[in-house]
Order: sequence, then C-alpha cells, then structure tokens
Amino acid sequence: MGSYILKRLVSAVPVVLGLTIVVFLIMAMIPGDPATAILGAYATPENVARINRDLGLDQPLPVRYFIWLTSLLQGDFGRSYSLNRPVLDEVWERFQATLLLAGASFVICSILGVAAGVVSAARQYGTADKAITFAVLLGISIPSFFLGMMLILIFSVSLGWFPPSGMQGLAYLGGGGFRDVAHHLVLPATALALVALGVIARLSRSAMLEVLRQDYIRTARAKGVDERGVVWRHALKAAMVSIVPVLGLQAGFVLSGAVYIEKVFEWPGVGRMLVDAILQRDLLLVQGGVVLVATLYVLFNIIVDVIQAMLDPRIKT
Amino acid sequence: MTTLALIARNRLALWGGIVLILVILLALVTPWLPLYPPNATDPSIKNAWFGEEGHLLGTDHLGRDILSRLLWGTRVSLAIGFASAVIAAVLGAAIGIVAGYFGGRTDNILMRLIDLIMGFPYILLALAIVAALGPGLMNALIAVAAVNIPFFARNIRGVTVGIAHKEFVDAAKLAGMGHVRIILTEILPNVVPVIVVAASTTVGWMILETAGLSFLGLGSQPPDPDLGSMLGLAKDSLITDPHVSYPPGLMILIIVMSINLLGDGIRDALDPRLRSGALSRPAAATTVDRRGAAPAFRDEGILEMTDLSTEFRLKRRTYKAVGGVTLAVKPGECLGIIGESGSGKSVTALSVMGLVASPPGVITGGAVYVEGEDTVGMPYRQLRALRGDRVAYIFQDPLATLHPLFTVGDQLVEAIRVHHRVSDKEARAKALELLKQVRIPNAESRIDSYPHEMSGGMRQRVGIAMALANDPEVIIADEPTTALDVTVQAQILSLLSDLRRERGLAIVFITHDFGVVAQLCDRVAVMYAGRIVEEGSTSDILRSPAHPYTKRLIACVPELGEGKRALAAIPGLPPAVDRLPDGCHFADRCPKARDVCRQDDVALMGQGGRAVRCLFPEAEVPGAPEAVPGPPVEAEPITADRVEAAQ
Repeated sequence: MGSYILKRLVSAVPVVLGLTIVVFLIMAMIPGDPATAILGAYATPENVARINRDLGLDQPLPVRYFIWLTSLLQGDFGRSYSLNRPVLDEVWERFQATLLLAGASFVICSILGVAAGVVSAARQYGTADKAITFAVLLGISIPSFFLGMMLILIFSVSLGWFPPSGMQGLAYLGGGGFRDVAHHLVLPATALALVALGVIARLSRSAMLEVLRQDYIRTARAKGVDERGVVWRHALKAAMVSIVPVLGLQAGFVLSGAVYIEKVFEWPGVGRMLVDAILQRDLLLVQGGVVLVATLYVLFNIIVDVIQAMLDPRIKT
Repeated sequence: MTTLALIARNRLALWGGIVLILVILLALVTPWLPLYPPNATDPSIKNAWFGEEGHLLGTDHLGRDILSRLLWGTRVSLAIGFASAVIAAVLGAAIGIVAGYFGGRTDNILMRLIDLIMGFPYILLALAIVAALGPGLMNALIAVAAVNIPFFARNIRGVTVGIAHKEFVDAAKLAGMGHVRIILTEILPNVVPVIVVAASTTVGWMILETAGLSFLGLGSQPPDPDLGSMLGLAKDSLITDPHVSYPPGLMILIIVMSINLLGDGIRDALDPRLRSGALSRPAAATTVDRRGAAPAFRDEGILEMTDLSTEFRLKRRTYKAVGGVTLAVKPGECLGIIGESGSGKSVTALSVMGLVASPPGVITGGAVYVEGEDTVGMPYRQLRALRGDRVAYIFQDPLATLHPLFTVGDQLVEAIRVHHRVSDKEARAKALELLKQVRIPNAESRIDSYPHEMSGGMRQRVGIAMALANDPEVIIADEPTTALDVTVQAQILSLLSDLRRERGLAIVFITHDFGVVAQLCDRVAVMYAGRIVEEGSTSDILRSPAHPYTKRLIACVPELGEGKRALAAIPGLPPAVDRLPDGCHFADRCPKARDVCRQDDVALMGQGGRAVRCLFPEAEVPGAPEAVPGPPVEAEPITADRVEAAQ
C-alpha cells in the first residue's frame, strides 16, 4: 500500500504542473497591459513598474512561467494588493474555513446520499423509491444559493434555531468555540450537501441495481443470507467500488458549490475571498488561490484512489 | 419517431417538456407583453409586496417591477444557458471527434489536456476565466461553456472511437474520401444522438451555473436583470423583504427541473436496457402466481417437484421456461437433469428455493416439497431458513458466483453464521475444516484469499465447501463443472461422488454433458423446451434411449480413443419458449415425426421411474407406446448452421 501511495503521489506531479500552466495561461489572456489591468485605478507609473518587475512581465511567456513557478515552489505566491498581506497566508486561513464547510457537507451528502440510493434501489418502484427519486430531482434542480436563502428564512428568521451568518472563523484564528462554530455550520453545510446528495443518491441507486443482478448476489441468497444482509452487506460493498470514485468527483462539486453558499451565509471561506478578489481585480490573490485549492483537490483525489484500492482487493497496489 | 413516442409515454418527461415549452414561449413573447420597463425605478414603491400598487409580483429595493424583471431575466438566463450548452457541445464534440477519429498521438495529447481541465473543481476554472476576462454576462457564458467542454469531449470521443473502426468508415477511406468529409458525412450523423443526450442532461446544469456566476456578481451587471443577479440582490435584503427572492428562485427551479425531467426521459428512451426491463431489481424470492391448488405431497423423496411451472413475463411476451416438471430425489441419490442451453434445467433448479430472478420470473404452478413442506409460496422467512441449510446450491462459474470483495473464509463463515448461532472463531474453525474436506491444499493460508487469487478448480471447491457448510439434505449443482477444464472437472466430480456416499446427500446435478451424467448420476431426466421428455436409470437411458431427442443427445458425446463413430449434432434449434408448437415440441427436429405428433400434447408415459414423452419411442418402455426404432443416427457434415446450433 505504501508504494501505491507513493506511486500515486509521483503521478500527481505532472498534473499539478499542468494545472499551474493552465492557470498561468488563463491569466496571460488578460487583454491589454496586465499591470494596468491588475492595478486598475492604482495604476501609477511606479506601481506599474513594480508589478512588471514583480511578475517579470517584461520577459517572454515561458520565462515568465518559470519565474512564477520557481517562486511558487519557494512558497512565494506574491502579495495581495487589496489585503496587503501574503497570498499564501490569506488563502491558507480562508481555506480552513472552506474545508470545514465543504468537509462537513461532504460527510453529510456521502452518508445520506449513499443510504438514500441503497434504500431507493432496495425498494425499487416502491413508495420510498419514488419519494427519494422526487427529492433527488428537486435537489439537483434547485440552485444551492436559493436553497440556502430559504433555509435562512425558515430556520433563522421564522424558527430562530440557527444564525443566518456571522461565522467568525476557526477558534484559534480568533473565532468562537466548537459549539459556536457548529451552530453556524448547520445551515450552510446542509444547503451545500443537499445538491450533491441528489447526484450521489442517483448514482448509488443505479450502482446498486447493477450489482443486485450479479450472480454472487444470487449466491448470497442461496446461502440463506437475509435480504438486509444481501442489500447492505453484499450489494453495498460491491457497489461502493463504483460509488467511491463518484464521491471523489462530487467533492469537487461540493467545493465548487461552497463558493455560492459562502456568499449566502457570509462564511469567511476561500470562495468568497476569490469572488471579492475578482471584483477588486486582485489577480495575484485569484491566481494563488486557484493554484493552491486545485492542488489540494488533486491530493484529495489521491486519497480517494487509495480508499478505492483498499476497498477492492482486485486493484493491484 | 419511436424515441419521441417513448419520451411522450414517460409522463414526467412529457410534463417537463410542456412546462419548458411554456416558459420558453413566455420568454419569447415578453417584449410584446404589457409590462413595466424592467429597469424603470420608482422610489415611491420600494419593496412592494405581491399584488401591491398594480405590481403582480411586487417591486424590488429600487421600486422596479419584479414580474417584468423576472420575465426579462428569464429570457437572458435561458439564452445564456442554452448558448453555453451549444458552445460547449459544439467545441467538445469537435475535440472528441478529432481525438476519437485520428487516435494515436492526437488523441493522447487532447485527452491529457481534457483530463487536466477535469482535474480542477470546475468553479475554480470558471472563476479564473472570469478573473482574466473581467466580470460580465458574456464572460460568464464563456467561462461556463469552457468548463463544460471536457464533459462533451470525453463522451463524444468514446463513441467516436467505437465508430471510427467500423466497416463503413473503412469503406469511405478506401473510396478515397478525405478526413473532413468522412467526419462530416460518416461520423457526425452517428454521433449526433449522443451529443443531444449529453446536452439535454447538462443544459439545466449550465443554467444553474450561469445564474450562480450572476448571483456572485460576476455575470450580468446592473441594472440588467437575469435570474441569478436578481437573487443576488434579493439576498441583500433577504430578512426584511424575503418575497423579492421567491420569483427568481422558483423560476430557476421550474426551468431546471423541467429540463432535467425531459433530459431523463430522453436518456431513458435511448437506453436499451431500460426498454427490456433488464434494470429491475430481483426480489428476495421468486414471485409466485399459482393458479389452482398445490398438488398433493406424494412422499417419493426428500425433494419432490410436482408439475412445477415457471415463466418469464416480459412486457409483451411470456416465456414458458419450465412447463410442468415432476421429479423426485431420495437421500443418497444423485439425479441428473440434462438438456441443451435454454431447455429450462437451470430455471427448474432455481425455482426450488425461489431463486429465479423476479421480475421477470414467476412460478405459475405446481409444488416443490422439501422434506414434505411446499416451498412454493412459502413465507420468505421460512424459505430463507431452508436456503443453504436444508437445500444448498453449487453454481457454474465460481468467479462470478463468489463475492469478489470478501475472502473465501469470510464467505464460508457467513454461510455458517446465517443459520447457526456460533462465535466467529468457531465458525472460522468450521470453515477451515470444510476447506480441508474439499481437499484445498494449504487451507490455513487459502482461507484468507480472495476468489480472484484462486484457480477455477479451487474456487469451485470453495463453492462446494460453502454448499456443505450446514450439512444440507439436498445439494443442487447447476453445471458446476462446465467452466472447468477436463482434469479439474474429473476431480470435482469424484469429490461430489465421495461426499454423497459419506454424507448420504441427495444431489440434483444439472448438466448438458452425458459423459458427466454417466460418471455420477443414478437416474437421469432429459429436458427439452421446458419439459421432461424422458427419465429413467442412467444405465437404462444410456443403453437404450427411448426418446429420439435423447438418442441424438447421446450421439453428440465424443468417445475417447475409439474414433469409430463420427459425432452427430442435432439439426435445427430448440423452439423459442414463447412460441411453443402444438403437440411434441421436438417434432420439428425429429426425423420420425408424423402428423399425429403435432396435434395434441404428448404425455410422459411409463412406470416405475422409467418414462418417455413420445408416441413412437426408439426403445421399449413399459407403459409407453410400442417402440418404433428409427434409423441409426448418422453423422452429418458439419455445416455452419449446425455449429451455430451447437453453440
């Protein structure tokens, strides 16, 4: 297993490199003079000169890329102009809040989504299946930001159970304690989870239906395993092999959806930071944020692959 | 046309389509509707509630009419969503077709790029593009289209690869057509349906995404309305004026939901598996729909079937897989059921414990007595308690029938523990003992192997060990040696033979191989088109087969070393069991068939366990019509249709 993890890590290197190239090329698309575009209203001659020097903008494209990449490898993601602090510090701090939100809703949508899919498959065409299918359809059709707003209206405004916003960040970063954070987390994590939950439930249902037709399921029945064991032990274990990669993909969707949810609930996460940075034309912050989060996402997918390999002994590790 | 009809038959998809068309029509006629101008502010009536001051849906924080903004915004959101879907579909399809058609390095480079883009959480890419191009509706469109290109490229490439090597493409190449022409005239028409399906399942998603970017303030810019930016503004006054958020939110929901319903309908209509009902979940036990009373218990054996009938009911057709089978097996006895593929022998075996997949299988009549208790229609709990405990199965192809993700030890332990309350440790000790009994070498280490780590013969021994786990009375072996090579087959047969003697097991052995029957079985029942056509002791049947079918089946068995007799395949094919002929089902393939054979059902006639279902049997059977020996079975030249028939 150790060597498999190492192998996957090594294979991630070109992916991360390619990713930096893509981000670099997108940023190089900026029409007109990049320094002026970055600085906008602050484009004094001194500032333009400083940016050009900072970014090596007087150099040809490949050279600029290597200069940028070298500084990234040294942990230097540049300085945010709008916040006047190192990009790396800001992104890392914000990312933890996003990780908390996305992580919590990822756990919720994975567990509930798979469970809903299993129940739906086990009761194919029954009432539970129909109810779940409808809920799933609703889940994948509703804009998560609208759902979040409705949750606020119901659970914050009408019932007063949870706060609509005001999350300060994590405790050691100056936020509230566990109870406070958890209290703030419930609504946004739920809103974020519901959408991905639909997709996961759908795929789990079809994966289960596929597995339930296999010969080894008939064998389990012939042994006298009861239906609960057939569905939740035999079928689910086999279905997980095709569900886990989908969970990995959905993590990307959860992370993406967090951008909207962070705005709705004023969550101090990396998504809101990126949107603000775009509106402020703080492109170094955007660039750094995208590279860092995408890299972490690649690492997360390696973890998914490793889990997959542990689940399925047929995968050569 | 059939596809359209199928979509229309799916009620939800139909409703989705209707709602979507209505919304689109509404958006199209918006400019001619008597509405307030969408951007006209009126500070005197800010945040009016529904219906106030002549504003049906109220006004927003600047006193603008929400109904007007909603309809104008719907126009924009629909246009942007569909536009980005079209752009993504066209560019993605172009990349996919080029990669799939040219293959090789082109394919490699393009797909690497696509993988790279798919490695991003899509919003990061969209944000990066908007950051570079600047906020704005067109830039949001570009961003959403760009992040969806990989999805199309991958799907279309997969389909194209399949088409690019078909004969008609090769023919076009040989005819000297250029690549561009081949792609446009040969490939594209075949790929279009896939593009349509992919687009119909993603356009809803793209509308959500463009609305999302506008919601974040990165898409449509004030004062122009689109549904996302309306929600973004509504969010700012959510707590004081929640009603402003309902219309745009619900409109997005309605649009996306109708698109998704329609898209699902299209996808299902094009999925052949769904049409055939092959995606249904098999129930815990076969459905029983027995007309009339259960036949009485005759007390002829530990397992006794009387008039067992099992059908497969598909939408329009009914396949009578088993048409009234009566059989019995005593303790210590081995009964062979022999027949060609599709003769109903496996379905007979699976019906015993209600293991025929249902839907589509239904047991429609007869009874199966296990130790005097009828299992047909027995409550599930009781049936489950019998499965694997009193009656155990051994299946063909143990690679498919053993669970791939559990060790063989765990599967054996489970087989024991579902019927006996023993500790894990005891069960494991028993499992080890079982593995030794079926002569698995190094059982101590093999117990922790996964099925894929074992050879075919070893796996089948595990299958047998699992069947023996609870000391059953009856073992039903459904072609257990078919997937194995000959030497392993012989070992498995001698193992079963020994176990039968040692434990007094009753074995029902299903096979298509008379050689195997001769080695193991005391008695044989020959099945054809869902019925028993002959039964008797193995020696009687091998020595003097009475049914023309049996005679020809025996003639199919190669003789080792002799080489005197040429093999004789049976001409023709068994009848389809949804269109069984009147009278004798074998008549169409029988060289002796006369008109009378095709008139009425022929009964199984005989006495003392020897019987034949033939009006003109080959050999004398007491209680059956007089023998009319036909010509000896002669070898026929191997022809293509015979090879097909044999397969």
